[in-house]
Amino acid sequence: MAVILDLLVQFCEMLVVLALAPLLAGYVRQLKARLVGRRGPPLVQPYRDLLRLLRKEAVLAHSASWLFRAAPYLVFAATWVAAALVPTFATGLLFNYAADMIAIVALLGSARFMLALAGLDVGTSFGGIGSSREMMIASLAEPAMVMVVFTLSLLAGSTQLSFIAAFMQGPGVGLRVSLAMALVALIMVAIAENARIPIDNPATHLELTMVHEAMILEYSGRHLALIELASFVKLLLYVSIIACVFAPWGLAVSGQGGGAYLIGLAAYVVKLAVAGLLLAVFETAIAKMRVFRYSDFLGSAFMLGVLATLLLFVSRVT
Amino acid sequence: MISPLAFDIAHLFAGSLVLVSFMLLYQDRMTGLINTFASHALVVSFSVAWQAYIQQAPHLYITAGIALVIKAIVIPLALHRIVVRLGIHRTIEPVVGIGLTMLAGIGLIALSIMVMLPITAQAGTLAREDLSFALSVILLGLLMMISRRNAVSQVIGFLSIENGLILAATGAKGMPLVVEISVAFSILVALIVIGIFLFRIRERFETVDIHLLHEHRGEQP
Repeated sequence: MAVILDLLVQFCEMLVVLALAPLLAGYVRQLKARLVGRRGPPLVQPYRDLLRLLRKEAVLAHSASWLFRAAPYLVFAATWVAAALVPTFATGLLFNYAADMIAIVALLGSARFMLALAGLDVGTSFGGIGSSREMMIASLAEPAMVMVVFTLSLLAGSTQLSFIAAFMQGPGVGLRVSLAMALVALIMVAIAENARIPIDNPATHLELTMVHEAMILEYSGRHLALIELASFVKLLLYVSIIACVFAPWGLAVSGQGGGAYLIGLAAYVVKLAVAGLLLAVFETAIAKMRVFRYSDFLGSAFMLGVLATLLLFVSRVT
Repeated sequence: MISPLAFDIAHLFAGSLVLVSFMLLYQDRMTGLINTFASHALVVSFSVAWQAYIQQAPHLYITAGIALVIKAIVIPLALHRIVVRLGIHRTIEPVVGIGLTMLAGIGLIALSIMVMLPITAQAGTLAREDLSFALSVILLGLLMMISRRNAVSQVIGFLSIENGLILAATGAKGMPLVVEISVAFSILVALIVIGIFLFRIRERFETVDIHLLHEHRGEQP
C-alpha cells in the first residue's frame, strides 16, 4: 500500500513538472516583454502554441531517416525522466533513489546527443552548424557541471540530490566560499545549457545567433511540440536543481503527508517565480556574446568549479 | 579554539582573495585591472580586520587600516593617473592565452595546497588554510608578472604578491606592528620608484612593453 502511495506522489510530481514548465517559460517571456516596455503574450501562450503544434500535420523532409522521427520522443523522454529525479517540492520521492546527479547529467547529455544527431540527419547546412555549436557548448559546459557535482558530493558525502538537500538544510553546512563558487558556476552552466541570452537567444531566428533553433529548424507539428516541451522542462529542471540545493527551504520530506506536500508545492512555486524574475532581469540587462567568447564564459565556470573543489580541501571538516 | 562560524568567515575572506587573484589574471583592460586590484586590497583589509577580531589582536586593525587606505585607495588612484598619463587604457596583451594562464593558475593553487597541508600538519586549522591561500595568492601574483608584457600590469602583480604576504603574516600569530608599517611604506616607495621608471621607459622607447628592454640585458644572443 505504501509503495502505491509513493508511486502516486511520484507521478503527481512528474505531472506537476510537465504542467508548470510551459508556465515558467511564458512567465519569463512576459516579464521580459514588460521590462522592455511591451505588453507581451499572455501567460498561457506556450500552452496554446503546444496545442496548436499538436493539431498540425508533421511535415518530414525527403532525406529524413527513422532517426529524425524518433529523436523528439527520445529527447522528451530523457528530459522528463531527468526531471522526475530532481526533488522539486519534496525530497526522498520514489525515483530519487534510483539515480543521482551524475545520472541526471548523463540523461541530459544523451538528450542533447539525440538532438544533435537529428540536426545532422536531414543534411541541411543550418542543422549542421547548429549541431556543431551545440556540441562545442556541451563539451565546455559538462566538465563545469561535473565539477559542481564533485563539490556538492564532497561536502554532502553523496551525489543523491535528496541527501544533498537534506545536508543543506542541516546545521553542518555553515558559510562556505566553495558553495558560493559552485552556485555561480551552476548558474553559468544552466544559462549555457538552456540557450539563454549571453550564449544563445531563444527568441530569434537570426542566422548567426542560432544554436538551438538551427538544429530544430526542420521539425514541425507534434515533433516540434515535443522538442519545445522538452526545452521548457529542461529550464524548469535546472531551476529546480539550483532551488533544491541552494534554497532548500520548505521542501517536504516523503511520507510527511498531504499538508507538507502542499506547503512544499507552494514554496516551490514561489521559488520558480523568484528565479524567473531574476532570469528575466538578467537577460534584459545583458547583451549576447560572440560565439568565440563562449569558451571564456564556460571556461570561467569550469575554473570556478575546480576552485570550489580545491578550496574544500583546506576548509573545515564536517 | 575558535568557533566554526568565525573560521568560516575567515575562510570566506581568504577564499575570496584567491578568487580575486584569479580575476586579476582574467582582466584584459587596464582600468578593469586596477579596479580589480583595489577590490583585492579591500578583501585583504577585511580579512586582516576579521583576524584582528578573532585573535583579539588590536594592532592588526592598524594593519587593516593601512591596507585599506594605501592599497585600496591611494595606489589605485595613483595607478589610474599614471595609466591615463601614459595613454594606455586600451587592452593589454597576455603572453600566453587567458585559458592557458587560468589552467596554470589552477595548477598553482593545487600545488600550494598540496605543499602546505603536509608541512603545517601541527599548526592550527586557521593558520593552515591561511598559509596555503597566501601561498596561492603569491604564486598567482608571480604568474601574473611573468604572463604579462605590460609594465603596469607587472606592477599590479607585484602588489598582489604583497597582499598575499600580509595574509600569511596575519595568519601566523604575532607579527610586530613595526614590521607591518615598514612593509607598507616600502611598498609605497616601491610604487613611486616604479612609477618614475615607467615614465623613463616610456621616454626612452615610447612604449611600456618590456620586451623592448630584453635586447639591453647584456646577454650574448
